[in-house]
Amino acid sequence: MAEMAIKKRRPKNLDLPTIRLPLPGILSILHRVSGAGLFLMLPVLLWLFQGSLASSETFAAVKGVVGHPVAKIVLLGLIWFYMHHFCAGIRYLLLDLHKGIELEAARLSSKIVFAVSIALTLIIGAKVLW
Amino acid sequence: MVNRILVGAHYGLKDWIIQRATAIIMAIYTVIFLVVAGAVAPDSFEAWRGIFANGFMKFATFLFFISVFYHAWIGVRDIWMDYIKPAGLRLLMMIVTVAVLVGYAGWAVQILWRM
Repeated sequence: MAEMAIKKRRPKNLDLPTIRLPLPGILSILHRVSGAGLFLMLPVLLWLFQGSLASSETFAAVKGVVGHPVAKIVLLGLIWFYMHHFCAGIRYLLLDLHKGIELEAARLSSKIVFAVSIALTLIIGAKVLW
Repeated sequence: MVNRILVGAHYGLKDWIIQRATAIIMAIYTVIFLVVAGAVAPDSFEAWRGIFANGFMKFATFLFFISVFYHAWIGVRDIWMDYIKPAGLRLLMMIVTVAVLVGYAGWAVQILWRM
Protein backbone atom coordinates (compact mmCIF):
# COMPACT_ATOMS: atom_id res chain seq x y z
CA MET A 1 0.00 0.00 0.00
CA ALA A 2 2.82 2.38 0.87
CA GLU A 3 4.38 1.65 -2.52
CA MET A 4 1.14 2.56 -4.26
CA ALA A 5 0.98 5.86 -2.40
CA ILE A 6 4.52 6.73 -3.48
CA LYS A 7 3.77 5.78 -7.07
CA LYS A 8 0.69 8.01 -7.09
CA ARG A 9 2.65 11.00 -5.78
CA ARG A 10 5.33 10.74 -8.43
CA PRO A 11 5.41 13.78 -10.70
CA LYS A 12 4.19 13.03 -14.19
CA ASN A 13 5.02 14.89 -17.34
CA LEU A 14 3.23 13.08 -20.10
CA ASP A 15 1.92 16.21 -21.79
CA LEU A 16 3.38 14.96 -25.06
CA PRO A 17 3.22 18.23 -27.06
CA THR A 18 5.41 19.89 -24.43
CA ILE A 19 8.08 17.17 -24.48
CA ARG A 20 10.70 18.08 -27.05
CA LEU A 21 12.98 15.30 -28.19
CA PRO A 22 16.58 16.56 -28.65
CA LEU A 23 18.15 16.15 -32.10
CA PRO A 24 20.13 12.97 -31.22
CA GLY A 25 16.79 11.53 -30.03
CA ILE A 26 15.07 12.40 -33.30
CA LEU A 27 18.02 10.84 -35.14
CA SER A 28 17.64 7.71 -33.02
CA ILE A 29 13.92 7.18 -33.61
CA LEU A 30 14.39 7.92 -37.32
CA HIS A 31 17.12 5.27 -37.36
CA ARG A 32 14.52 2.77 -36.17
CA VAL A 33 11.71 4.07 -38.40
CA SER A 34 13.95 4.09 -41.49
CA GLY A 35 15.17 0.56 -40.76
CA ALA A 36 11.61 -0.69 -40.33
CA GLY A 37 10.49 1.11 -43.50
CA LEU A 38 13.33 -0.35 -45.55
CA PHE A 39 12.57 -3.82 -44.16
CA LEU A 40 8.90 -3.52 -45.15
CA MET A 41 9.83 -2.33 -48.65
CA LEU A 42 12.37 -5.14 -49.25
CA PRO A 43 10.02 -7.23 -51.42
CA VAL A 44 9.22 -4.22 -53.63
CA LEU A 45 12.90 -3.31 -53.94
CA LEU A 46 13.86 -6.93 -54.76
CA TRP A 47 11.06 -7.06 -57.32
CA LEU A 48 12.34 -3.87 -58.98
CA PHE A 49 15.93 -5.19 -58.86
CA GLN A 50 14.82 -8.47 -60.44
CA GLY A 51 12.95 -6.68 -63.22
CA SER A 52 15.88 -4.37 -63.91
CA LEU A 53 18.18 -7.37 -64.54
CA ALA A 54 15.92 -10.04 -66.06
CA SER A 55 15.52 -8.77 -69.65
CA SER A 56 15.50 -5.55 -71.64
CA GLU A 57 11.66 -5.67 -71.66
CA THR A 58 11.39 -5.93 -67.86
CA PHE A 59 14.13 -3.29 -67.57
CA ALA A 60 11.96 -0.91 -69.62
CA ALA A 61 8.93 -1.83 -67.49
CA VAL A 62 10.85 -1.06 -64.27
CA LYS A 63 11.97 2.23 -65.80
CA GLY A 64 8.30 3.01 -66.44
CA VAL A 65 7.28 2.19 -62.86
CA VAL A 66 10.18 4.17 -61.38
CA GLY A 67 9.35 7.10 -63.66
CA HIS A 68 5.85 7.53 -62.24
CA PRO A 69 5.64 10.72 -60.12
CA VAL A 70 4.24 8.85 -57.08
CA ALA A 71 6.96 6.18 -57.35
CA LYS A 72 9.58 8.93 -57.55
CA ILE A 73 8.38 10.45 -54.27
CA VAL A 74 8.33 7.02 -52.57
CA LEU A 75 11.79 6.16 -53.90
CA LEU A 76 13.17 9.53 -52.84
CA GLY A 77 11.82 8.79 -49.35
CA LEU A 78 13.48 5.35 -49.41
CA ILE A 79 16.79 6.87 -50.56
CA TRP A 80 16.55 9.26 -47.61
CA PHE A 81 15.71 6.33 -45.27
CA TYR A 82 18.78 4.47 -46.57
CA MET A 83 21.08 7.48 -46.34
CA HIS A 84 19.83 8.40 -42.86
CA HIS A 85 20.24 4.82 -41.66
CA PHE A 86 23.72 4.72 -43.27
CA CYS A 87 24.97 8.04 -41.79
CA ALA A 88 23.35 7.53 -38.38
CA GLY A 89 24.74 3.98 -38.36
CA ILE A 90 28.30 5.24 -38.93
CA ARG A 91 27.72 7.71 -36.05
CA TYR A 92 26.65 4.82 -33.82
CA LEU A 93 29.72 2.80 -34.80
CA LEU A 94 31.88 5.76 -33.75
CA LEU A 95 29.91 6.09 -30.48
CA ASP A 96 30.58 2.37 -29.89
CA LEU A 97 34.28 3.24 -30.13
CA HIS A 98 33.71 6.07 -27.60
CA LYS A 99 34.31 8.72 -30.26
CA GLY A 100 32.21 11.85 -29.76
CA ILE A 101 30.28 10.70 -26.70
CA GLU A 102 30.33 14.11 -24.98
CA LEU A 103 27.05 16.04 -25.20
CA GLU A 104 28.30 18.82 -27.46
CA ALA A 105 30.07 16.40 -29.83
CA ALA A 106 27.01 14.13 -29.94
CA ARG A 107 24.75 17.07 -30.78
CA LEU A 108 27.13 18.28 -33.49
CA SER A 109 27.49 14.81 -35.03
CA SER A 110 23.70 14.40 -35.19
CA LYS A 111 23.47 17.72 -37.06
CA ILE A 112 26.15 16.44 -39.45
CA VAL A 113 24.19 13.20 -39.98
CA PHE A 114 21.05 15.13 -40.96
CA ALA A 115 22.96 17.53 -43.24
CA VAL A 116 24.98 14.81 -45.01
CA SER A 117 22.12 12.33 -45.41
CA ILE A 118 19.74 14.96 -46.81
CA ALA A 119 22.45 16.29 -49.16
CA LEU A 120 23.26 12.75 -50.41
CA THR A 121 19.54 12.06 -50.88
CA LEU A 122 19.09 15.17 -53.01
CA ILE A 123 22.22 14.44 -55.10
CA ILE A 124 21.31 10.78 -55.72
CA GLY A 125 17.63 11.64 -56.25
CA ALA A 126 18.57 14.30 -58.80
CA LYS A 127 20.91 11.89 -60.63
CA VAL A 128 18.69 8.81 -60.64
CA LEU A 129 15.08 9.98 -60.46
CA TRP A 130 15.00 13.36 -62.22
CA MET B 1 18.92 -20.22 -12.58
CA VAL B 2 19.35 -17.41 -15.07
CA ASN B 3 15.95 -16.21 -16.21
CA ARG B 4 16.19 -16.72 -19.96
CA ILE B 5 13.08 -16.37 -22.07
CA LEU B 6 12.48 -18.05 -25.41
CA VAL B 7 11.64 -14.82 -27.24
CA GLY B 8 14.58 -12.84 -25.85
CA ALA B 9 17.82 -11.84 -27.56
CA HIS B 10 19.75 -14.86 -26.27
CA TYR B 11 21.85 -12.47 -24.20
CA GLY B 12 25.12 -12.72 -26.06
CA LEU B 13 27.58 -10.53 -27.85
CA LYS B 14 27.06 -12.52 -31.04
CA ASP B 15 24.09 -10.60 -32.44
CA TRP B 16 25.51 -7.29 -31.26
CA ILE B 17 28.76 -7.85 -33.14
CA ILE B 18 27.04 -9.34 -36.22
CA GLN B 19 24.80 -6.26 -36.46
CA ARG B 20 27.93 -4.10 -36.55
CA ALA B 21 29.94 -6.39 -38.85
CA THR B 22 27.09 -6.53 -41.38
CA ALA B 23 26.72 -2.73 -41.08
CA ILE B 24 30.38 -2.28 -42.03
CA ILE B 25 30.04 -4.68 -44.99
CA MET B 26 26.93 -2.79 -46.21
CA ALA B 27 28.62 0.60 -45.74
CA ILE B 28 31.67 -0.49 -47.77
CA TYR B 29 29.44 -1.98 -50.47
CA THR B 30 27.37 1.24 -50.61
CA VAL B 31 30.51 3.27 -51.32
CA ILE B 32 31.76 0.73 -53.92
CA PHE B 33 28.35 0.64 -55.62
CA LEU B 34 28.02 4.43 -55.74
CA VAL B 35 31.54 4.75 -57.21
CA VAL B 36 30.94 1.99 -59.80
CA ALA B 37 27.47 3.26 -60.73
CA GLY B 38 28.84 6.80 -60.93
CA ALA B 39 31.69 5.69 -63.19
CA VAL B 40 29.59 3.44 -65.47
CA ALA B 41 26.58 5.84 -65.46
CA PRO B 42 24.31 3.02 -66.72
CA ASP B 43 21.69 4.46 -69.06
CA SER B 44 20.87 1.20 -70.85
CA PHE B 45 19.87 -2.33 -69.85
CA GLU B 46 23.21 -3.72 -71.10
CA ALA B 47 25.26 -1.25 -69.06
CA TRP B 48 23.18 -1.83 -65.90
CA ARG B 49 23.33 -5.61 -66.30
CA GLY B 50 27.06 -5.36 -67.00
CA ILE B 51 27.66 -4.02 -63.48
CA PHE B 52 26.26 -7.18 -61.90
CA ALA B 53 27.62 -9.56 -64.54
CA ASN B 54 31.11 -8.66 -63.28
CA GLY B 55 32.35 -11.44 -60.99
CA PHE B 56 33.51 -9.19 -58.19
CA MET B 57 30.31 -7.11 -58.16
CA LYS B 58 28.17 -10.25 -58.20
CA PHE B 59 30.05 -11.60 -55.18
CA ALA B 60 29.97 -8.22 -53.39
CA THR B 61 26.26 -7.72 -54.15
CA PHE B 62 25.46 -11.19 -52.82
CA LEU B 63 27.44 -10.45 -49.65
CA PHE B 64 25.57 -7.13 -49.35
CA PHE B 65 22.18 -8.86 -49.62
CA ILE B 66 23.07 -11.49 -47.01
CA SER B 67 24.29 -8.66 -44.73
CA VAL B 68 21.04 -6.73 -45.26
CA PHE B 69 18.93 -9.76 -44.35
CA TYR B 70 20.93 -10.72 -41.25
CA HIS B 71 21.12 -7.07 -40.14
CA ALA B 72 17.37 -6.69 -40.72
CA TRP B 73 16.69 -9.80 -38.64
CA ILE B 74 18.51 -8.36 -35.60
CA GLY B 75 16.95 -4.90 -35.99
CA VAL B 76 13.40 -6.10 -36.58
CA ARG B 77 13.71 -8.62 -33.73
CA ASP B 78 14.71 -5.73 -31.46
CA ILE B 79 11.57 -3.86 -32.55
CA TRP B 80 9.35 -6.86 -31.73
CA MET B 81 11.08 -7.26 -28.35
CA ASP B 82 10.48 -3.58 -27.53
CA TYR B 83 6.84 -3.27 -28.55
CA ILE B 84 5.24 -6.72 -28.58
CA LYS B 85 4.79 -8.05 -25.06
CA PRO B 86 2.69 -11.25 -25.45
CA ALA B 87 5.25 -14.05 -25.91
CA GLY B 88 3.12 -16.01 -28.40
CA LEU B 89 2.56 -13.07 -30.73
CA ARG B 90 6.19 -12.01 -30.42
CA LEU B 91 7.34 -15.51 -31.33
CA LEU B 92 4.98 -15.52 -34.32
CA MET B 93 6.32 -12.17 -35.56
CA MET B 94 9.90 -13.42 -35.14
CA ILE B 95 9.16 -16.61 -37.08
CA VAL B 96 7.45 -14.64 -39.87
CA THR B 97 10.43 -12.25 -39.98
CA VAL B 98 12.96 -15.09 -40.27
CA ALA B 99 10.80 -16.85 -42.87
CA VAL B 100 10.50 -13.84 -45.19
CA LEU B 101 14.20 -12.97 -44.84
CA VAL B 102 15.32 -16.52 -45.66
CA GLY B 103 12.95 -16.40 -48.64
CA TYR B 104 14.42 -13.07 -49.76
CA ALA B 105 17.92 -14.57 -49.55
CA GLY B 106 16.91 -17.35 -51.97
CA TRP B 107 15.23 -14.79 -54.21
CA ALA B 108 18.36 -12.59 -54.24
CA VAL B 109 20.52 -15.58 -55.28
CA GLN B 110 18.09 -16.35 -58.08
CA ILE B 111 18.12 -12.72 -59.30
CA LEU B 112 21.91 -12.55 -59.34
CA TRP B 113 22.65 -15.94 -60.91
CA ARG B 114 19.78 -16.24 -63.37
CA MET B 115 20.22 -12.83 -64.97
